[in-house]
Amino acid sequence: MSSTLEEILAQAIQAIEAANDLQALDQIRVQYLGKKGAFTLQMKELGKLEPEQRRAAGQAINQVKSDFQNTLEARKNSLQQAALDARLASETIDVTLPGRGQSVAGLHPVTLTLRRISKIFSSVGFKVEEGPEIEDDYHNFEALNIPSHHPARAMHDTFYFDAHTLLRTHTSPVQVRSMEKYQPPLKVLAPGRVYRCDSDITHTPMFHQVEGFVVDENVSFADLKGVVYEFLTAFFEKDIQVRFRPSYFPFTEPSAEVDIECVMCDGKGCRVCSHTGWLEVMGCGMIHPEVFKSVNIDTEAFTGFAFGMGVERLAMLRYGINDLRLFFENDLKFLEQFN
Amino acid sequence: MQFSEAWLRELVNPNIDTNALVEQLTMAGLEVDSVLPAAADFSGVVVGQISKVIAHPDADKLRVCTVEVGQDEPLQIVCGASNVREGLKIPAALIGAILPGDFKIKKSKLRGEASYGMLCSEKELGLAADADGLMELAEDAPVGADIRDYLALNDQLIEVDLTPNRADCLSIEGVAREVALLNQLPFSVLEVATTPVDHQESLVVKVSSPEACPRYLGRLIKGVNAQSETPLWMQERLRRSGVKSLGAVVDITNYVLLEMGQPLHAFDAAKLNGNIEVRMAAEGESFSLLNDQEIKTNTQTTLVIADAENALALAGVMGGKDSAVSESTQDIFLECAFFAPLFMMGKARHYGLHTDSSHRFERGVDAELQNRAIERATQLIVEIAGGSVGVITEAISEKNLPKRVPVLLRQQRIKRILGVELPAADVEEILQRLGMSVEKQDEAWLVTPPGFRFDIAIEADLIEEIGRIYGYNNLPKSSLLMRSALSQAPEAVLPIDQIKDLLVARDYQEAITYSFVDEDIQKAVAPNDTYIKLQNPISADLAVMRTTLWCGLLQAASYNTKRQQTRVRFFETGQRFLGTNADAQEKMLAGLVLGSVNAEQWGEPVRKVDFYDVKADVEAICALTAYEVQFVAAQHPALHPGQSAEIKNREGVSLGWVGMLHPTLEKQLGFDNSVFLFELSQEVLLERNIPAFSSLSKFPSVRRDLALLVKEEVPFQEIKNCIDGCQEALIKDIKVFDIYRGQGVEEGYKSVALALIMQNTTETLVDSDIDAIVNKVLDALSRNISAKLRD
Repeated sequence: MSSTLEEILAQAIQAIEAANDLQALDQIRVQYLGKKGAFTLQMKELGKLEPEQRRAAGQAINQVKSDFQNTLEARKNSLQQAALDARLASETIDVTLPGRGQSVAGLHPVTLTLRRISKIFSSVGFKVEEGPEIEDDYHNFEALNIPSHHPARAMHDTFYFDAHTLLRTHTSPVQVRSMEKYQPPLKVLAPGRVYRCDSDITHTPMFHQVEGFVVDENVSFADLKGVVYEFLTAFFEKDIQVRFRPSYFPFTEPSAEVDIECVMCDGKGCRVCSHTGWLEVMGCGMIHPEVFKSVNIDTEAFTGFAFGMGVERLAMLRYGINDLRLFFENDLKFLEQFN
Repeated sequence: MQFSEAWLRELVNPNIDTNALVEQLTMAGLEVDSVLPAAADFSGVVVGQISKVIAHPDADKLRVCTVEVGQDEPLQIVCGASNVREGLKIPAALIGAILPGDFKIKKSKLRGEASYGMLCSEKELGLAADADGLMELAEDAPVGADIRDYLALNDQLIEVDLTPNRADCLSIEGVAREVALLNQLPFSVLEVATTPVDHQESLVVKVSSPEACPRYLGRLIKGVNAQSETPLWMQERLRRSGVKSLGAVVDITNYVLLEMGQPLHAFDAAKLNGNIEVRMAAEGESFSLLNDQEIKTNTQTTLVIADAENALALAGVMGGKDSAVSESTQDIFLECAFFAPLFMMGKARHYGLHTDSSHRFERGVDAELQNRAIERATQLIVEIAGGSVGVITEAISEKNLPKRVPVLLRQQRIKRILGVELPAADVEEILQRLGMSVEKQDEAWLVTPPGFRFDIAIEADLIEEIGRIYGYNNLPKSSLLMRSALSQAPEAVLPIDQIKDLLVARDYQEAITYSFVDEDIQKAVAPNDTYIKLQNPISADLAVMRTTLWCGLLQAASYNTKRQQTRVRFFETGQRFLGTNADAQEKMLAGLVLGSVNAEQWGEPVRKVDFYDVKADVEAICALTAYEVQFVAAQHPALHPGQSAEIKNREGVSLGWVGMLHPTLEKQLGFDNSVFLFELSQEVLLERNIPAFSSLSKFPSVRRDLALLVKEEVPFQEIKNCIDGCQEALIKDIKVFDIYRGQGVEEGYKSVALALIMQNTTETLVDSDIDAIVNKVLDALSRNISAKLRD
C-alpha cells in the first residue's frame, strides 16, 4: 500500500515538473485531487481498512497529498514568475529614444531680463507703469527740462512724425506721465521700447529701457546709491564693484553714471570694457526741481530719484552676447539658446 | 574735447601719472574716452637736411639726395617725394630705424642706386592720416636731433567726453582749472599783456540784435603777413587737439579757442564794404561759407555778421568764403564776441553744421572772456605775422549780458539731497576751491558762481558740485526705507506674462521685431489700414509704423526659412500704431506658425500644421480668461478667404483674427509652406472672468448622441446656435465627436456627430424628460437648418 502511495507521488511529481504552463498544472491537480483523482481514490479506500490501520494509512495519504500540493504550489509560482518575466522582457522598450509629442520653446532674452529686473524691484513695492511709444515733444523733452534746441537733444537722435510728435527716445516720459496721474509717495518701474535714429554695430534704432523712480518726503542720493547697488548685485548674483561718476542729465541733479566692474574680465581689463575694467550700465540722479515743477510736485515737500538702464546691454553682459543686432534678427538659432 | 597732456601739465602739473590723472578726470565727471600716444611708436628718425639733389639715372620720379644727419658723413638716400629740394629739413629714418607698423629701415638699392635710409612724410611717421610729400621741418631745426625729442612726441592725447553743462572745460585753461582744484593746486589763467595800439582806424560795429549778441569786440590789424609760417609748437598743439593747420592767422584764432575757449573770427578787411552789423538775417539772404556750403537763410532768427551790403558770416558758427583771410590778405578785422546760448542753440544744426565755434557758443562761453581773448590773439598775430594794431571797438549791451545771480544754499538741503551731514567748513572749502564767492548766512550761504561757471543757477547745481568734489563714491549708501502700501492683485485682468508662458509651453518662440517696417510689406499685409510714416526713417525698410505685428513676424519667419528652418513658431507682444494718439497705439499679441505640427521626431507621423492647430492655440489663450469667444468666418485681406475667422467676444467686440496667410502673399513673400497667423488685441483679450461658484449636482448626467445630416455649407456654429436657441437649461454641454462625408451620406451633405450632455440639479433625469428635450432640439434643427437624423 505504502509503496503504491510512493509510486503515485513519484508519478505526480514527475508530471508536475513536466508541466509547462498553468493550464497543464491545473489538469494535474484535478488528476490527483479531483473527485476521481488518484489521492481522492486512496482516501476512499481507507474505509475498507481495519480501524486500527486506518489512522496510520490516513496520515500517510495526507502526507503525500501535502507533498504533492507543496510541489504543485512551487511549480505554479515558478511558472507564474516565468510568465511575468517573459511579459516584462517582451514589453521592454528603448527608453533612450526621445519623448513623443510637442516640445516647448522659450522667451526672448530681453523678456527674460525684463522679468528679472521687475522681480527684483517689485519685491520692494515698485509698480510697473507703461506709456505710449509715440510721444509728444512735451513729455519726451520739455517736461524733462530739455527745451527745444537744448544741446542734450543732440544726444537723442530722435525719430519724428511731425514737429511735435516723435518716437520716445527714452522711458523717462513715463516718469512724467506717472507723476501727472498719481500723488507721491511713488515707486515706479517703467520698462519698454525706445527709439533712436542710430544704427551701427553698437546701436539699433529700437531697444529697450527700464526707468525706475521713487518720490517721497525724504529720499536722498544715499538711497539711490543703496537701491542701485542692491539691484546690481541681485541682477548679477554676485557682490560686484559699483562706482558712481558725476554726469549730466537735464532731468536729474545731481546726476551720475553707474559703472560696474567688468563682468567679462572681473575688472582686469578686456576688449568689452575697453581695457578700463569698468562697464557703464546706467544713468541716474535726484529728480530735477524743474521736472517736479512741471508736474506740480512741491520740491520742498518731496524729493526723488530716478534711474534708467538699457535692457539689451544688461542682457549682453549677463549672457555674454557679443552683438546687439542679434536681438532683433530673431534667428531661431540665437533665440533657442535662451530656452 | 581732445587735448595734449604735455600742454596741460605746462599749466598745472599734479604729481600723479597719466593713469591717475585720467581716473581723476573721469571720477570728477569729465569722462575720459580715450588716451592715445601723440605719435605712433617709432625710433631711429632724426632731423635731416637735404644738401644736394640729383636726378636718378634710371627713374624719372626718383631723386638721389645727399642728406646731412649730424654724422661725420652725409648719407645718400633715394626719395620719390615731389617736394624734395636742396636745403629742406626733413625727418630722416636711419638704417635700423623702426617706423610705425613695425616697418624696419634697411640699406637698399632703388633701381641700382644705393639708399641708406628713408626721408619721411607725416603719414609715414603716423602723425597724419594723409600727406602729399615729405614733412617739412622749420629752418632752425637742429640737424641730427631725434625727431621725437624735437617734436616732443612723447605725449598723450586725452579725449574727454564733456557733458553739455561743462562747457567751461572746453579749453585747456578750463581743464587745467579743474585739475588744479581737484588736486588743490594753485592755478591762474594766463595774464595777457595789452598790445600797444599803433593806429586809430577801426570799423564801426552796430549790433542790431543785442539780446543775441550782448558783446562784440572788433579790431583792425593792418599789414599782417598772411603767408607767415605757423610756429612748430603751435602747429603741434593744434594737431594734438585735432585741429588742422590752415595758415598763421586762422591757426592763431583756433589756438586761442583751444587755449581759452573763446571762438574768434578774422575777416579780410579789404573784402568788407563799409561797417559791420550784427543782425538777424532777412529771409532768403544767401552767401557761401568757408566750407563752400551755399547758405540761404530760411529763418529770421538766424544771426549773421554783415557789412553795409551783404551778410558775410553765420554768427558764431562759420565765417563766409568771400570775406575769408587768404594768403594775399594784408589787413584783417578780428572779431571776438559773446553770442547768447539761447540764440545759438540749434542754429548750426539747422543748417547741417557743427563747428568748434558753434559747439562752444551753444553750450556757453564765459561772457567776461572776450577782452583777454582778443588781446591774446593780437599778441600772437603781431608775434607771428606782424602788423600794426588798431583800437578795440566794443559794442556792449550790459542788460543783455548774463548776470551772476547769487544762489542760496541751505545746509539742511545738502543733507536732504545727498544724505550726508557735511560740516559747514567743508562746504565752504569746496565752494571756495570751485571759485565761488561765498557769503555766510544763518545755516545757509549766498553763493555767487564765477563767470566761467555759467551752468550754476539753482541750489541743486551747487549741491551737485559739492557732491562731485566730495566724491560720489565717498557719499553713503543706504537701504531704501519708505512708506509702502500692500500691492494689489487684480484678478479681472489677466497678466500678459501668463499668456506668454502658455505660448512658450505650446512651443511658440518669442520674437521681438522692429515697430517700424518696410512700407511695401505693410501695404501688402494690411492694405486697408492707414499707417503713419516716419519723417526721418533710418532706412527704407524701417520707414512706417506697423499696423499689425504680422509684418515683422512674417519677415522674421522668412529670415529663418532662408536659413534652413522648415518649422517656425513665433509669437510677439507689442504695440501697433493706427495713429499718433495714445489710444491709437494698441497693444497686441500675435503669432505665426509654419511647417509641421511637431518638431521632427520618430514617434508621431509628420503632419503639416493646419487652421485647427492654430485655432486650438488661440482657444487655449482665450480659455485663460474664461470668457467665451466666437470664431466668425470673415474676410481679411492678408488671409485665405476660406480659412480665416474673426474672433469676437460675447458682446460682439472684435478681439482679432486667425487664419491662413493668403496664398498670393505666401508666394509674394517667398514662403513654400502654408503660414498660419493670429493677432489679438490685448485690451479686450486680457479681461478675465472672475470665477463664480455654482452648486454641484448630486444626480447623474446623461449623454445622448445625435448624428445629424446637414448641408455642407452649414457651419458648426450655426448648429450650436440653434441648440442654444432652444434655451434648454438642462443641456450642460455639446460636443462634436465626428464629421463624416462619404458612403451613406449624400453628396453636398455631411454628417455631424454630436453628444448632448444633460443634467438636472434637483432630480435624476428620466427617459421621458430626455426624449422631450432631444425632440425639441431635433425639431428646431430641422426647422432652422433642415438637419435630419442620420439613419
